[in-house]
Amino acid sequence: MKVRVDVMLKDGVLDPQGEAVRHALGALGFAGVEGVRQGKVIELELADGTPESEVGRMCEQLLANTVIESYRIVME
Amino acid sequence: MKAAVLVFPGSNCDRDMAVALRAAGADVTMVWHKDAVLPEGLDLVAVPGGFSFGDYLRCGAIAAQSPICRALVDHAVRGGFVLGVCNGFQVLTETGLLPGALMRNAGLKFICRTVALEVATRQSDFTSGYEVDRIRIPVAHHDGNYFADPETLARLEGDDLVAFRYLDNPNGSLADIAGILSENRRVLGMMPHPERAVDTGHGGTDGQALFRSLVGALQHV
Repeated sequence: MKVRVDVMLKDGVLDPQGEAVRHALGALGFAGVEGVRQGKVIELELADGTPESEVGRMCEQLLANTVIESYRIVME
Repeated sequence: MKAAVLVFPGSNCDRDMAVALRAAGADVTMVWHKDAVLPEGLDLVAVPGGFSFGDYLRCGAIAAQSPICRALVDHAVRGGFVLGVCNGFQVLTETGLLPGALMRNAGLKFICRTVALEVATRQSDFTSGYEVDRIRIPVAHHDGNYFADPETLARLEGDDLVAFRYLDNPNGSLADIAGILSENRRVLGMMPHPERAVDTGHGGTDGQALFRSLVGALQHV
C-alpha cells in the first residue's frame, strides 16, 4: 500500500523559500500571488494493513520536526 | 579530560574539532556513528560540523537517529558534557537535547564568513574563560536560523541559557541567538565554529577560550 505524507512548515513560521518563489512568480508577471508555502511530499510503500497510527509515529520520530513542521497523512 | 568526537558520513569539521580539543589538553577519541557505545569514562562528547547524511530530510535529522546518538543522549542524561557545533547543533536539536530548531537562513544564502558575537553568559564551563564580551568566530551554514516557540524563548532568556548572540544577525535567528545551553548548562549547541578560531593561522583565536575553559573545568584533579 502507498501512503503519502505531506510535511509543511507550521503557520506563523517564516518560509523564506516560499517567499522567494512568490517573488519569482511576481517577476514572471503572475499577478495576485499573495502567498506561497513550500513543503515536502514523502511517499511510503508499506506492508498492506499498516495502521495510520504507525505512520503517525514515523512522522513524529523522523519525517517531520514538529517544532517547526506539521504533517498530514494521506492513505491512498 | 577525556573527549570523543562523533563522525558521521558527511562530517567535515571532525578533525578540526579534535585538533582544537587536543590543543587545549584533552585526550580525544574519534567515534564512528555506527558504534552503539561511547568509550568509558568520557567527560565530553563533541558533535562536529559538516553535512551529516547529506543534510537529507532535514539537517541533522538522520544523524540524530543513528546508534551513537542514543549513547549520546544517555551520556547527556547522566550529566555528561556535550558540545555541538553547526551541524552538531542541528543534531542536538533533532535529538531533543536542546530545544528549538535550525531553519533555512532568512536570506536563503549559504553564509561563510567571520561574524561578531556577544558572549551572552559566562555562567557555564564553556564560556567561563571569556574575559571580553565581544568575540569573532567564523560561521559557515545554510540552515542556522534559530527558531523556538515563545514559551521556549522566554525560558531560554529567563534561565540565562543563551550562550552567544550575533551582534549583526546574519541568518534571521530569533533574538539573535547563535548558541544555547541546556537546563543543566552542560550541553552547548552553537552555529559559529570555535574550532576554526584556535590558531593564529586561522586568522583569529577567539575560540581558544571555549576549549580551554571546558578542558580546565573537566580536568580531573
